Amino acid sequence: MSATIVSLPDQSTARIPKVNFITKENGLLSWLLTGDHKRIAILYLISLSFFFFIGGALAGLIRLELLTPQADLMATDTYNKVFTMHGVIMIFFFLVPSVPATLGNFLIPLMIGAKDLALPKINLLSWYLYIAGGLLAIYTMATGGVDTGWTFTTPLSTHYVNTNVLTTGLAVFIAGFSSIFTGLNFLVTIHKMRCPGMTWFKLPLFVWAHYAASILMVLGTPVVAIAIVLVALERTIGIGVFDPTKGGDPILFQHLFWFYSHPAVYIMILPGMGVISETISTFSRKRVFGYTAVAFSSVAIAVFGFFVWAHHMFIMGISNYAVLVFSLLTMLVAVPSAIKIFNWTFTLYKGSITFETPMLYTFGFMGLFTIGGLTGVFLGTSGTDIHLTETYFIVAHFHFVMVGGMLMAFLAGIHFWWPKMTGRMYPEKISQLAAVITFIGFNFTFFPQFILGTLGMPRRYASYPPEFQVLNVFSTAGATILGVGYLLPVLYLTWSLKYGAIAGNNPWQATGLEWQTQSPPLTENFTSTPIMDHEAYDYDWLDKQKEKEVTTSVG
Amino acid sequence: MSEQKQQLAHHEPKHGEHQHHVTPPGVYVAIFITLLVFTALTVGASYVEMGVWNPVIALAIGVIKATLVVLFFMGVKYSSKLTMLTVGAGIFTFLTLISMTLADYISRAWGLW
Amino acid sequence: MSDSPVIAHGASEVEHHEHPAYLRHHFESVEQQADTTNFAMWLFLLTEVMFFGGLFTAYLIYRNWYYPAFVAASHQLNIFWGTANTAVLISSSFTMAMGVWCAETRRKGGLVLCLVLTFLLGLVFLGIKSIEYSEKIEKHHVPGFHYSLKSFLDPDSDEAAKAAGDKPLPLDVARHTEVYFSLYFAMTGMHALHMIIGIAILGFMIFRARAGAYTAGHVTFVENFGLYWHFVDIIWIFLFPLLYLISRHAN
Repeated sequence: MSATIVSLPDQSTARIPKVNFITKENGLLSWLLTGDHKRIAILYLISLSFFFFIGGALAGLIRLELLTPQADLMATDTYNKVFTMHGVIMIFFFLVPSVPATLGNFLIPLMIGAKDLALPKINLLSWYLYIAGGLLAIYTMATGGVDTGWTFTTPLSTHYVNTNVLTTGLAVFIAGFSSIFTGLNFLVTIHKMRCPGMTWFKLPLFVWAHYAASILMVLGTPVVAIAIVLVALERTIGIGVFDPTKGGDPILFQHLFWFYSHPAVYIMILPGMGVISETISTFSRKRVFGYTAVAFSSVAIAVFGFFVWAHHMFIMGISNYAVLVFSLLTMLVAVPSAIKIFNWTFTLYKGSITFETPMLYTFGFMGLFTIGGLTGVFLGTSGTDIHLTETYFIVAHFHFVMVGGMLMAFLAGIHFWWPKMTGRMYPEKISQLAAVITFIGFNFTFFPQFILGTLGMPRRYASYPPEFQVLNVFSTAGATILGVGYLLPVLYLTWSLKYGAIAGNNPWQATGLEWQTQSPPLTENFTSTPIMDHEAYDYDWLDKQKEKEVTTSVG
Repeated sequence: MSEQKQQLAHHEPKHGEHQHHVTPPGVYVAIFITLLVFTALTVGASYVEMGVWNPVIALAIGVIKATLVVLFFMGVKYSSKLTMLTVGAGIFTFLTLISMTLADYISRAWGLW
Repeated sequence: MSDSPVIAHGASEVEHHEHPAYLRHHFESVEQQADTTNFAMWLFLLTEVMFFGGLFTAYLIYRNWYYPAFVAASHQLNIFWGTANTAVLISSSFTMAMGVWCAETRRKGGLVLCLVLTFLLGLVFLGIKSIEYSEKIEKHHVPGFHYSLKSFLDPDSDEAAKAAGDKPLPLDVARHTEVYFSLYFAMTGMHALHMIIGIAILGFMIFRARAGAYTAGHVTFVENFGLYWHFVDIIWIFLFPLLYLISRHAN
């Protein structure tokens, strides 16, 4: 791994630019009241990391409990609360906002040549709502938690538990609005704020991915919002919409819940796919193969994603015909994702591949997301789903796509754009080590769970038959390794803020307008409005730029 | 796309040059009266026994009224393609929610349908 | 300079363009700002469509499951008040649209008048709604609060049911009227909440309109609020026939 594309300015004379978005204003209030999309992105990054580690700690507790077949570490009710909060926090307070709120917020205006997002105040409001929801979630945990599972299935959540369903529901409701406003902001920005010459098909694929995810955020989230409102009304006043004794149908809740929650998984993964498009191009020194196909497949995933939600409900009591229809449509939605994987693979072909950390995470994504996605096809097939649903197979499937896929993409993106956001490079060797540790830990943790699921171990159970113990021990061992892999970046990235090498404008020699500005960027992003006069991923244009450029290291 | 052309041209701040069309009050009055007439119609129709057509007519009148509000009061008739596309996307997603959920309920063997 | 040459000279704003105070710095022009905020409001309305959409879905299913119960329950709603409210809201949409026209044509007095009328009509709507709600409360037709089946088991004891010529319902059917009222309160309550928010914003706008904020060429706030107000009207346009007019013909 001696080849590298990294090109840094002369470290003896290089300095971080004196005027940048971080140094522009000082003081806590200048951050908490900011309208600058880059500052908001950093605020999100810090808060997201915080919630990730809470969710991770909860995961640790789950794996600890599952070391032994008996429910001996904690009461089964407590275990239910632990996995519920793990799900709620990881999904609503980490995965959904992860890439969009940090990287999307930071980069989209830069990538399209704009000074900021269209609605800076709404952006800040988004963050406030996120924090409010998050604090409420923590309050929920402190006051006894909730044990319904993150899916709040009725009538359990409406009639059979005394736990904090309402406060958790409220926390999710508020976080949902945070998501809606982010998506709304992105849609408006991408439509209306592109710089001269930036046509739709010159946009980086990262932007296309966020566009598609934003459509889902805006159209899908309100439906889960109303589902939560109805559950709240049912719990408090006792209206009968989901109560069979009053003539209601509990499955209606699931229809409304999954109408959002299935597109939610695409909200989670699409921005990650956007990151992968960028890294795979940069580290192969080649334009993304089939730009149009990848762009349209993002939108296709968004659209088709609305038609498949009941594949989460095959065993719940929906009609056989609905099972048929949704199963068929689920086969359809796999296609655009597969198209992306093929196109990224073809991008690698005859490219000049190097193995810096973002690329290691990218390769991890490609492999693990593919496995996760394929297992999704087994689950979408209603016949096999009947056996596999509500087992650890599902748990493994979604962790492969979300953790092996999305989280790896998030880490790829954080490493890739770290120099742009902070002006400093992270330390390469330890970060590559962390990436490898994460990959190994991940596979040890979650691959055994596929086997456990097929053998019949149910999910959401604190105890299990003793014959499943060996695989569970493997899984917990893997989780420990995985934890190390996730802890390391926090440490070395923080270290790099003070001691990292000065990155300069474009340490990766990447295309994209964001790499044409200083690192960290100015508050107003560009000194004057850029004109986009070249194609996306145009490495020839980049070479011509370098010929014209005089490298300076101006403070 | 029209915004692109708009942005490529140097910003000529033609003062008061709004893209949007100012609807004359006469149109608003006409729509207002039409909406009231349709309201009376829908109330009247509910008193007439038409079997399965009752809900159809009620919804149809509702759709007509809503369309009038969208096109004229909300100005979509004179708006950009993007606005029309946005309205269309909302309606489409709404219809997807309803129709595919109904697909389950209608086809239940044990259903009360 | 740290920026590379390609960025250096975009379509530079050479002319001393007028920089109205209301033009935010990240926008290139007033037109872009107006266009952008307009599109943003439409997107927000999309979220509202999907939010109410869940309630309409629930309604559709239960109306078909429990049709006789829904018919009987809907007879409890007063068609006079319902029609009046519909007319009130349509009128308020008209006055709001006229208000936008006044803002666009810089008629400050006209704008204030229209906003005040819209405001008042909104209050009238809520007033009528509260009359209706209090009647429901009196009759114990609020789900979860000692819900009473008396009007449906014994229609002669209830004026509205008697006037509609309702027959007594069997117990299990009568129970399902509670589902109707659950949806009635959820849907009209959610709608009323949106009205209240709208009226509050109208209050703020009247205040600002009197100061001339919307008649100096910057009409986007009024226009975008108008979109919201019309949308709330559209929700009612559907709620009215679905809740009040299920079947008013004598069976």
